[in-house]
Amino acid sequence: MTDQLFQFLISGITVGSVYALVGLGFTIIYNASDVVNFAQGEFVMIGAMSAIFLYRAGVPYPFALAAAVIITMAVGMLLEKLAIEPAKNASVVTTIIITIGASIFLRGAALLIWGKDIYGLPPFTKDVPISIGNATLLPQNLYVMGGTALSVLAVRYFFDKTITGKAILACSCNRKAASLVGINVNRMLLIAYGISALLGAIAGILVTPITYTSYDSGVMLGLKGFCAAILGGMGSSMGAVAGGLLLGVIESLGAGIISSGYKDAIAFVVILAVLFIRPSGLLGSADAERV
Amino acid sequence: MKRLAGFYILAAVLIATGLIFPDSYYVTVVGVTICTNAVLAVSLNLLMGYAGQISLGHAAFFGLGAYASAVLTTKYGTNPWLAMLAGVGISGTLAFVLARPILKLKGHYLAMATLGMGIIIHIFFVQADWITGGPDGLSGIPEISIAGLAINNDIRWYWVFGGLMLFTTWISLNIVDSRPGRALAAVHGSEVAAQMTGVDTASVKAQIFVVSAVIASVAGSLFAHQQAFVSPESFSFFFSIELVTMVVLGGLASTFGAIFGAVLLSILPEFLLVFEDFEVLIYGAILMIIMIFLPEGLFVSGSRIVTGWLKKRELSTQ
Repeated sequence: MTDQLFQFLISGITVGSVYALVGLGFTIIYNASDVVNFAQGEFVMIGAMSAIFLYRAGVPYPFALAAAVIITMAVGMLLEKLAIEPAKNASVVTTIIITIGASIFLRGAALLIWGKDIYGLPPFTKDVPISIGNATLLPQNLYVMGGTALSVLAVRYFFDKTITGKAILACSCNRKAASLVGINVNRMLLIAYGISALLGAIAGILVTPITYTSYDSGVMLGLKGFCAAILGGMGSSMGAVAGGLLLGVIESLGAGIISSGYKDAIAFVVILAVLFIRPSGLLGSADAERV
Repeated sequence: MKRLAGFYILAAVLIATGLIFPDSYYVTVVGVTICTNAVLAVSLNLLMGYAGQISLGHAAFFGLGAYASAVLTTKYGTNPWLAMLAGVGISGTLAFVLARPILKLKGHYLAMATLGMGIIIHIFFVQADWITGGPDGLSGIPEISIAGLAINNDIRWYWVFGGLMLFTTWISLNIVDSRPGRALAAVHGSEVAAQMTGVDTASVKAQIFVVSAVIASVAGSLFAHQQAFVSPESFSFFFSIELVTMVVLGGLASTFGAIFGAVLLSILPEFLLVFEDFEVLIYGAILMIIMIFLPEGLFVSGSRIVTGWLKKRELSTQ
């Protein structure tokens, strides 16, 4: 039983890492521009799909991965420039529809370019399972966890220590004040979307050797990222990371112990319970009533 | 008379179209879809447009109505009208129970909670195959008859859904101009201010949530009988999003805007079919473009432009 629990924990943390990265990207965009980006999951899909096709086209693996990340960042920045910036004063509901439109658009583009098939990526290094007791761990699981940890640390460093990171934070506190002290708000938003897309692409690349991907795999991931962000308290980036990991573990335990068919339902039941009992999320500040 | 002028025009158009083109594909198939979507969009607009409470899970109530009718009539041989009533009971009760905790939330939290509710119910439709038939759905749902007249062909269904749409529109227009409607508008404006003027905001919001759920449930029951088949796909998260899109596309807080959005989004796929593989891409692009350039919605922005133009003309002729 302990071995089985440990196994669930491993797969939970792996999936949770993806949720954490998507949730973190979600939070960065939300903080910078007050937009709930429903196209967040599409970044994961685009990162994974472009890596797959570059690699299949004969580009060496590391270069294919790097190029895929850059492509995804470009998509994220284009999204900000073409869809979010022109609709600056739109209401919450309107921006939600815009990002939903963007996610449908990106999915349509992926369908057109890559078709409906399911693809995988080779693991980063040789796939020899590591046994711990009766549980097994793939090296790729470790890459997912390690890659996520590194990305989270890098994001923290960026927002805590660099002048650009602090400028983005200033924009999220008060856009007008930020522009008064000479911060180029539009450029900061562009960078925020770029980082968010970058995190999505990293998540997609890390996890595709384990879970595979297809043109429509971004939808559920985007929703789970939203869940992670809400669970941790909307606007708290480390909350989103914690929320994502927690969500992954709960889901995995629920699927293993209760029923795998209800896996997604368990995640949403937890979300509803948290919202009903503690609407500000686990790590959020108390003002959940913010409009 | 003036207050309901739009309603009479809508009724005239609906009846005239049905009488003049009773055999047209665009009346018997697309027309029925339009009316169904319009009922759902108008009921969602009560909640979203007037009360200002976003819901990303409206398709769930549509689905509950449909499945209540499907399960009760096929497995237990219940009378279709009783089954519909049972659907109303289930949807209404669920909405009533969930209303207070869910509608206490605001903005993105509310969006998340309603989305979660919709997804959980959808997963239930897929997974509980002992009652819902699982992913394959349920077929062989019997036809219904109204006052002895069997609703067994497309044009009759057009009249049924057309009637339901008119009834829903009439209810919506009347609610808006009633005391609860004004209370809703106050809640939309500022909840604190509404409370200060003595509006029981929680109960007003709960009432409208139940009303909109019940309307969706009735539409779902009729939908099940019309299709003679239900499967979880019709009630997914995507359909909830599509309904929200209809409401926002037409213009929030406008009953006719919601109908306009429903018409547009029901017809659009028909036209996009010729683009084949590009269909999804173009659909997404159209959504984005309309919302970026006309954030208030096509119908509301459009009618504002027209009235502005008329006023200008009036001034220049004086």
